[in-house]
Amino acid sequence: MIADKYAEEIEGILARFPHKKSAVLPLMHLAQREYGYMSEDAMREVAGILDLDPTHVLSLAGFYSLFHEEPTGKYVLEICNDLACALRGADEFVEMVCRKLDIPLGGTTEDGLFTVKGVMCLGACDRAPMLQYNLKFAEHLDEEKFDNLIAYLREEAASGEEPPSVVEKIAAYAKK
Amino acid sequence: MAHILLRHRDVENIHKLDVYRANGGYEGLKKALTEMTPAEVIDVVRASGLRGRGGAGFPTGIKWGFIPKDAEEVYILINTDESETGTFKDRELSEKNPHQVIEGAIIAAYAVGAKRIYNYFRGEFMDAGYAMEEAVQECYANGLLGENILGTDFSCDFVCHYGAGAYICGEETALIKSLEGERGQPWSKPPFPAIEGLYSKPTVVNNTETMANVPQILVNGAEWYTSMGTEKSTGPKIVCMSGHVENPGNYEVIMGTTYRELIEMAGGMRDGKAFKALLPSGGSGPVITADALDAPLTYEGLDAHNSVMGSASVIVMDETTDMVWAAQKMIHFFHHESCGKCTPCREGTFWMEKVLHRLMNGQGTEKDIETLNSVAAQMKGRTLCALGEFAINPVLSTIRLFPEEYKAKVKNSQSEDWEKALATQ
Amino acid sequence: MSDLVKLIIDGVEVEVPKGTLIVDAAKQIGNDIPVFCYHPKLEPVGMCRMCLVEVGFPMRDRATGEFVLDENGKPKLNFGRGLQTACTTPVGEGIEVRTTTEPVKDAQSSVLEFLLSSHPLDCPICDKGGECPLQNLTMQHGHGTTRMVYSDKLHLNKHVPLGELIYLDQERCIQCARCIRFQEEVVDDPVIRFHNRGRRTEIVTMSDPGFNSYWSGNTTDICPVGALTTADFRFGARPWEMKPAASLCTHCPVGCNTTFSTRREAKSGGKHVIKRVMPRQNEWVNELWMCDKGRFGHHYAADSAARLKRPLIRKNGELVEVSWSEALDFAAGKLQQYGTAVAGLSGDRLSNEDLFQFQKLFRKGLKSHNIDLAARRLAGGDVVAKVGLSSGSNLKELGKGDAIIVVASDLHEEAPVWWLRVKQAAERGAALIVLNVRSTRLDKYASHVRHYAPGQAVDAVRQLVNFAKVEGDSNGDALSAAAETAANANNLVIFYGSEGVDYEETAVIAQHLANLLLMKNGDGHAGRPNNGLIPVWPHNNTQGAWDMGVHPAFGPGYAALETPGLNAAAIYEGAANGEIKALFVMGADPVGDGLMADRGQLEFLAVQELFLTETAQLADVVLPAQSWAEREGTFTSGERRVQRYYPAVLPIGDNKADWQILAEIGERVGLGKPAFAASLIFNEVAKAVTQYKGMDYRTLAQVVKQWPDVGGEDGYYAGNAQKNRAGLGQVWASAAESGDAVAYDVAETAVHVNDGLALIRTAALYTPGTLISQSDVLADRLAQPTISLNAQDAAQMELAEGDLIDVNVAGDTIAALVHINNTPAGLMLLSGVPYVAGTAVAQIGQEIKD
Ligand SMILES: Cc1cc2nc3c(=O)[nH]c(=O)nc-3n(C[C@H](O)[C@H](O)[C@H](O)COP(=O)(O)O)c2cc1C
Ligand code: SF4
Ligand code: FES
Repeated sequence: MIADKYAEEIEGILARFPHKKSAVLPLMHLAQREYGYMSEDAMREVAGILDLDPTHVLSLAGFYSLFHEEPTGKYVLEICNDLACALRGADEFVEMVCRKLDIPLGGTTEDGLFTVKGVMCLGACDRAPMLQYNLKFAEHLDEEKFDNLIAYLREEAASGEEPPSVVEKIAAYAKK
Repeated sequence: MAHILLRHRDVENIHKLDVYRANGGYEGLKKALTEMTPAEVIDVVRASGLRGRGGAGFPTGIKWGFIPKDAEEVYILINTDESETGTFKDRELSEKNPHQVIEGAIIAAYAVGAKRIYNYFRGEFMDAGYAMEEAVQECYANGLLGENILGTDFSCDFVCHYGAGAYICGEETALIKSLEGERGQPWSKPPFPAIEGLYSKPTVVNNTETMANVPQILVNGAEWYTSMGTEKSTGPKIVCMSGHVENPGNYEVIMGTTYRELIEMAGGMRDGKAFKALLPSGGSGPVITADALDAPLTYEGLDAHNSVMGSASVIVMDETTDMVWAAQKMIHFFHHESCGKCTPCREGTFWMEKVLHRLMNGQGTEKDIETLNSVAAQMKGRTLCALGEFAINPVLSTIRLFPEEYKAKVKNSQSEDWEKALATQ
Repeated sequence: MSDLVKLIIDGVEVEVPKGTLIVDAAKQIGNDIPVFCYHPKLEPVGMCRMCLVEVGFPMRDRATGEFVLDENGKPKLNFGRGLQTACTTPVGEGIEVRTTTEPVKDAQSSVLEFLLSSHPLDCPICDKGGECPLQNLTMQHGHGTTRMVYSDKLHLNKHVPLGELIYLDQERCIQCARCIRFQEEVVDDPVIRFHNRGRRTEIVTMSDPGFNSYWSGNTTDICPVGALTTADFRFGARPWEMKPAASLCTHCPVGCNTTFSTRREAKSGGKHVIKRVMPRQNEWVNELWMCDKGRFGHHYAADSAARLKRPLIRKNGELVEVSWSEALDFAAGKLQQYGTAVAGLSGDRLSNEDLFQFQKLFRKGLKSHNIDLAARRLAGGDVVAKVGLSSGSNLKELGKGDAIIVVASDLHEEAPVWWLRVKQAAERGAALIVLNVRSTRLDKYASHVRHYAPGQAVDAVRQLVNFAKVEGDSNGDALSAAAETAANANNLVIFYGSEGVDYEETAVIAQHLANLLLMKNGDGHAGRPNNGLIPVWPHNNTQGAWDMGVHPAFGPGYAALETPGLNAAAIYEGAANGEIKALFVMGADPVGDGLMADRGQLEFLAVQELFLTETAQLADVVLPAQSWAEREGTFTSGERRVQRYYPAVLPIGDNKADWQILAEIGERVGLGKPAFAASLIFNEVAKAVTQYKGMDYRTLAQVVKQWPDVGGEDGYYAGNAQKNRAGLGQVWASAAESGDAVAYDVAETAVHVNDGLALIRTAALYTPGTLISQSDVLADRLAQPTISLNAQDAAQMELAEGDLIDVNVAGDTIAALVHINNTPAGLMLLSGVPYVAGTAVAQIGQEIKD
């Protein structure tokens, strides 16, 4: 339950707005971080904290593209293949990634570690090809750097020790 | 040239409060709070000619002046949604020199009587947001935010907020809805945010870069600012150079610099290829070709070329670029990002993508080009917000400037490509 | 009025109040600007873009602020801002609107082409076909052709249950958000929403049960396409095959105006059957809305197999079918046998004609005043006659500066449309004062809430009135602030109900509240429009029963009797101990409702009914009556609006109207030839009931032009787009309106002190009962017997959420589910069971394990 795990953070987030409803995106980010995706239970939990109808949360989960309503891999690799990046080889990069991970675009690797998605501009066109994994930027990529990244992430996953995500770090600010 | 907005490139660690202050930081704020009335602050900004850097170029001082003087609750909203294809300046400003933005926003808050500033980052910018959160913490710890800022009786809070992936949230009314915890969908103006904005209270929405301009205007004065640029387009501007240039990145220039100079600054065309076209305002402005390269980068500079400076995110394309492909990429973006609220945009982007897809697959007909043109005409001037208007720009302008490439796609339908397309069905 | 604005629309000058939207201004002069997302009862959003028009704004000189004039000295117009949405743009002085120019036509046909490009065009099998705004506007403004490729159409799900009552066809939806906005803005049940964005936008719900709202059916009316349909109508009939019949809802005292759509069907032997019920516009009563109980709970009337069809007489212990003459002779003969030991009990769902004839049979024919309502719950009809909501009122007009008090009632469950209108008045700025023993859904909108202790309702009301007397003495107490607000309000409307209070207490409460209305701080509220008392009666025609004199102490028109007859309680007692020998029960089931144990010492029991109820099963003669759907008549709402309903279908079996049965018995006991039409009886009513003077079936059928203007050529109201041609009814004037009301000298009542756990029965809209259990569609919504209490009390009794336990109340044992919520300490609320007045002491029995 994020309500317990992040009780102080949530209290702080709520204090930042004159109306509770404004806290819905921050809480959804926390919930997705906690449960990996916006499961039905996660939506009901967020709705419960904010006295919203759960349908409201579902509606937002569908509207905002960073929320996943289905389980994903542990790392969601969101590769920008929008025009500016595509002019610098993003489409070929996507192809390479899919080939390496042996999944189609949108698919998840069998070990459940990686999901690959093509996304719209991420504000890093000058560093294409690039991707975001769980909201972290990886830029100026090529095949070798991508291999290194994957190796690093596999290691991290195997170690079972995950550094705090930026979502948590930001939520922690609300505490003070 | 020394940087004005991108000073972090000249001054190391300027993201730290002490470094920022050691380099004249928060002097503008101090001047505003201790020497000037709110009305005087607005006057200076108006006199500087500063116009919104979010794309529409609305004069910032005039916008601030719209806030009712007797309003009890006013909000400042910084727009760091930056989701336009090819745009990455607000991210750099937030990550590398957050205090400059914070200072500008506090000055704005003082000018319009706001007690709270929200900075809306697109959800993907949490890293940049984190840098800003750190800076905000420093401000609170040093009397620059919170109660009695700099010992005056002005108090103001600053809250960072994060979206979750939706280009439309950059549109100011959609941004407000999103911050209120709703679907980020724009409303039909009026009412304008200056009268009924966040939580139905008067609200100033300004782009991150706009805010970043404010501190130095306060320190150096309006005249210093108007001495840069042209009559209608004053001051410095960050240009995001991307695509087929040698060194893509942000470049700070004085308004009036030509597009040709910009390409040169970015190291020229990549691999020495010939220039073909560029998108001057990310995905949303009409494409321009070589004949427009000597036009100045100003709000009005591309008028004669049926295009706009917009957010000055310049996507450069060389001779190898298939313009129909580029148009398809862009319409895919707008179809993906259309919020679905109004009919012409929701349906129009869907159909334009279908048709362009058909053309790209070599299954298009001559009539499809006509259809694209007329669907675009059906959207023009009829959508609820400007996203629909943006969406038709790359399509209409490429059809206008590169008709033969479209026709070639149709012709190809009789050739090998056509066979191939059928075979892959 | 000074704030009128003059503008020109297509060359026609029109003057409308400032702030009017262009689309509404155009409608005033018969110019139907096409719309989809716009609905006059919803906030405009300008999203479908169907209503784009050209608007010229007068130009002003920047420097001087003066109008720029052309060579004729007229202000120059600027048409340069492009097309504007008529649904969001308010009128302005001197603007000119053009709705038929080429750019406008092109915009309209373009929007239609866009909408149709994703639409399945399955009109031949669509329930909306024939009354579909999309169809109609396409005929008027569409291209006739499209350039989109059919195979590119998006294919989506066509039978998505949003719940078991409402189905969604995702392909047909044009994303106008009328349904979502209605649920959010109007009724505050935001349980349906858009999901996804762009072309993938679709409607979803996560509520449990699906589409959990008492208002869901209204979305199917206002949906401008066939995307939303009701479970009991979809694929049932084509709109043009159906005949409308104006009617009234019979479920609560609001008196919503409705329309039955009927059609002849082979499977019903060629007879007319009711296919659906929709609200009929009456801006004074229900505007364009109705609740789902009314919409889905009508099946008991005409399509229930359980209906009685022939008269029955008990022979050799069995009820057997007989002819009408045998049954009537038998009943008349028996009723006359027992002198004054005869009594009559009636339900309060019957028509004024029935009720009038009922009291006439007893008073004039059988010379007995022993008549009453079988289930008395709320007193004060006589008080209402004096200070009831004044004629000429409309709850829609209450807003800033006005006050509404609601005492001891959960309007959301008891009278949903009143809840809606009170909520909306509060949203417009009216001060809402809620007095109850516990929180209800009204609290959210209230400016003053007082939760009094169980048993102390009378005391709380008395305090409120006393505080109001002492002007300006707000001592910080919530009640005293509320009293001050009420006393100083421009207009004051008071609702009172019977939650947790017994009949005698409600009588006292009504008098206190009357005194508050009569108090002369300003002008006194009583007697002025938009002021007065509204009783939350248990049934749709309880008001009529009081008016007709179905009361042991009053004759028709509240004429007090010198020697009152026995009231219901005394009649039940009399039946048990033999003092009453013959009992006639009409439209009520006292045995089934637990008011009467059995026949007791009765020598004769006659029951006039729709169904073979538990009481009817014990009867000597059972007289089968027509339901209201089979005949005509009048009901009087809680706002004292006398309204007509009309026959929709042919009578079932040999059944007769209640008044007719009574009149034919009357003929047999010497009352002369029976009237042959309900209207003639109503004429008698208008003579006997002074308040109804001047009314007849024609005056009740009068209509005036209503706004919004439903039923025109535009068709944009979709399903409920039928003009009300059947009548708006008439409100009878309270005594206060002619200055004939004086304050009550209210008797002191003892303050209840409860020891132990108090138990109050509360209303639930879908409380299972004879009537709504006949509607299969509502089966899953029926309220389960539930006991609500707070966490501490539950912990003390070792009860957990969801436990099934026995509750003993006043000798009854009820199995109920435990629900833990914010119920005040020391109190238990029992819902989902038939209502019994007052506050009881309860005992929790064994937990039931299954
Ligand atoms: C579809 C759409 C997307 C937009 N995105 C952005 C954006 O990402 N950042 C931004 O500052 N302005 C964006 N704008 C412009 C804003 O609506 C608004 O004009 C701007 O934030 C005002 O700030 P300024 O006056 O400082 O430019 C967008 C507008 C539209 C119509
Ligand atoms: S279901 Fe009907 S009312 Fe609801 S959005 Fe779709 S078309 Fe509009
Ligand atoms: S936009 Fe005006 S009716 Fe829909």
